[in-house]
Parts: sequence; structure tokens; C-alpha cells
Amino acid sequence: MRTTITVNGEARSLDLDTRTTLLDMLREHLKLTGAKKGCDHGQCGACTVLVNGARINSCLTLAVSHDGDEVVSIEGVGTVGRLHPVQQAFLAEDAFQCGYCTPGQICSTLGMLRELEAGVPSQETAPGAKPDFTGAEIRERMSGNICRCTAYPQIIAAIQRAAEEMA
Amino acid sequence: MRPFTYERATSAEAAARAAALTPGARFIAGGTNLIDLMKLEIETPAHLIDVSRLPMAAIEPTAVGGLRIGAAASNSAVAADATVRARYPVLSEAIVAGGSPQLRNKASVAGNLLQRTRCPYFYDTTKPCNKRRPGAGCAALEGLNRNAAIFGASRACIATHTSDMAVALVALDARVEALSPSGQPRSFPVSELHYLPGDTPHLETELIPGELITAVVLPPPPAGGQTYRKVRDRASYAGGLASVAVAGGQVALGMVAHKPWRASAAEGALAAGASPAEAIARELEGASPLGRNDFKVPLVARLTAAAIDDANGRG
Repeated sequence: MRTTITVNGEARSLDLDTRTTLLDMLREHLKLTGAKKGCDHGQCGACTVLVNGARINSCLTLAVSHDGDEVVSIEGVGTVGRLHPVQQAFLAEDAFQCGYCTPGQICSTLGMLRELEAGVPSQETAPGAKPDFTGAEIRERMSGNICRCTAYPQIIAAIQRAAEEMA
Repeated sequence: MRPFTYERATSAEAAARAAALTPGARFIAGGTNLIDLMKLEIETPAHLIDVSRLPMAAIEPTAVGGLRIGAAASNSAVAADATVRARYPVLSEAIVAGGSPQLRNKASVAGNLLQRTRCPYFYDTTKPCNKRRPGAGCAALEGLNRNAAIFGASRACIATHTSDMAVALVALDARVEALSPSGQPRSFPVSELHYLPGDTPHLETELIPGELITAVVLPPPPAGGQTYRKVRDRASYAGGLASVAVAGGQVALGMVAHKPWRASAAEGALAAGASPAEAIARELEGASPLGRNDFKVPLVARLTAAAIDDANGRG
């Protein structure tokens, strides 16, 4: 099925089996292997990308359903020579060991910062209040991204550092 | 995953008509539950009708002072809606207690209501399950059934409904709006959407084949405070062991039955002047735990009493 999706700013037109997930389209068809296939069931968050600015699990969505959408994967966040502040902060805080979950952590962070800005509540947000930027809020909002190396304290520190630098 | 054809619906009417005419057709919106089950070949649709882009995502006031939430609105959009947070906080709190932010960004209101159970034996295709194959038997009955139902179960099925959002909707007396394949709209309480298992646990909802949920409608909120509480094995991103939604004197329980469980006996006792603890004890007289899930009875007792106290404090 012919599907056209803007990936990292570039329109890509592909003829896809309807069963192809957005993750498989990125990895297998476009050879963008930054987004990772951890569990392939929406439980680990390693496949997180931004679709029209919102973070989702790319393993749990069909590529053909994203015809006309704008997708940003880790390859579109920054380059080796020009890292995004969130990428730079992950390096500065040593927010990973094996690095497998990191592309998903960083894309998820970008989506989360936008959600915080928009006032989207979490279970840590007081009733009726605008969410604040505490460690408890960040931990809760990043719970869809698993790190089996358990770099969580450094990931929280990196996110806080990046948010301060981006403010 | 089994092969299937795919179409993007052009209208709710066309979607409902196509669903009834096409063998093996299913609606897809967020797909976060359906695609997961398709990968496991528990769901094997021959045709998908994508309703996610239909103009059914608006959240708008009703003429009688309630709120109409489009079926395609994302879980995140509903939880963040200013009116929902101000007037129906139990709904916002319930939604953010479920799934992960990524899932809530994608999952729709109707898809949340129609999600399938997380019973591990439903997911394990090497074990018998009356939902997957009617008449096959229930492996959960003698299995690891710590999270099974304590209300309204049968020998055929002891699975629970695992939505958080639906528990709040039932406590708020919300109604479902649906459109039949012949174009007939109808409306009925969310509390009547899901069936108890009986002898036919594969028949899960009131919807007829091809019928499309178009919206959920909230009446004006009841007087009194609201709260949602959930207990689970992890602090975040885990299915619940039990939950409770309180809206004024209206109480619904989650993850204790095949459907969101309206605690009518507890509500009656509360209205007659019973304490929260006495009221929920009245409801739990009707519980039938199975052994491994006996703990749910005292858990629900304490959780509900605390939630009612909490809601009273907010009222």
C-alpha cells in the first residue's frame, strides 16, 4: 500500500505491506536504526518516536495509518557534529551504559518536555494544578521507558540539565 | 501477524456500514491494544477500518451542563482538558493512572473502553481460554489467578476488565453514543456496555456487529468531591490489582470484575448514613474470591474507605 510519510523533514514514499509497523518501516525500509525494537509490545519504550510532535510507541502503530504524518526519530533530533541539548545532557550526565534504550529515552524526553509545557497532567500532578518540574514528575512521566542498565538517576539528572539549558 | 486489508474511513456512517458488510472487519483507532493482540494472533482481523482521523475528537459542553467527549479523542487530550480537570477530576486522574504517556498519546476513548482483558491466560495461546476459543475451558481457574475477579465471575471466565478510564466513567454515570451500520444512533450507560462473562465470555459488549462508538457523554458532575485510587505491583505503568473511583456518593470499582463494577450496595449504605468502611463492607458481602486473590477483599475494603474519605475532604 502506497504510503507517504515525512521522516526527519524529508518526504518518503514507500509501497508497504499493511502489517508493517512504523518501527519496522523506519528500521527495515528506511534503514534508520536509531529507534530500537526492545519488546515490540509497547512495554519498553525503546521504539519511542515523535509523530506530529507527540511521543508514541512506533512498534504499536501501522505505518500505513501514518500517511501524511510527520515523524521525527533520533536521527532527526541532532547530528554528531551538532547534538541536541538533550543529547548533550545525556553525555554530560553519563545517562546510559549500553545505550540501547537511549534513542527512545531522548525522543521520549522531547515529547515529555512539550507535554509539561502544555500542562498535561500526570498522576504526580496535584488536582487542578499546572505540573511542576520535580524529580517525581519526571520519573512518573518517563515510566514508559525502561533502562535495563538502570541508569535512571543519571537520566533524571540529564533531563533536568537539558531543561534548564533549553529554558 | 495475519495479512489484512486496510482503509481509512471517510465518515462514521461509512465506517459502520463497511464494518458490517466486510467479513472479519475491525475498527482501528489508536491500535495500542489491537496491534499488540494481532502480533500474537489473538486478534486476526481480515480488514481494518481506520476511524482515528474522523472528526470525532472534540470535547465540548452539552446543552444540559454536561460534557461530550468524542470517541477518537486521545486519552492524553481528555486527561489534560481544562473542563475535565476542573469538573470531572476523577476522570483525569483515572486516565493518567493507566498505561504510559506514549500509550495515552495514541489510545482513543473508545479504544480504551473496548480494550481486551490482560488475563495472562488470554494472552498465552498455548493455554485454553473461553474468550479466545468458546468452549475450550479456562486455564486461569486453577492457574496463577491472583489478579482474577472477585465479583460477577463464572466457571467459564474469571478475567477482569482492566481500564482505569472506564471505572471513572461508570462512577460519573457517563453514557456511550454509538452508530449502527444502518445509520441508527443510540445512547446507553457505560455501565451497560460491558457484559459479565456468564457462559459466553467471548461476548464482551452490548455493541452489535459494525456498531461504532462515536462519543462518551458525561452528565453534570454529582455534588461532592471526586477521587481515583489504584493499587498495583509497581508505582507506575502497571495494570491494577484494584482501583476505585468516587464522585460524590457514586462509587465504582476497577479490576475486580469482568466490567467496571458499580458499587450500588455501598452507595445505598452511604446514602443511609453508613460510614465508608461499613458501606464498602456491605458491597464486599457479595464478593467471591478464589483463594489466590483473597487479598483483594481487604484491599478493596481499605482502598475504598480511604478514597471516600479523601473525596469527602475534597468536596
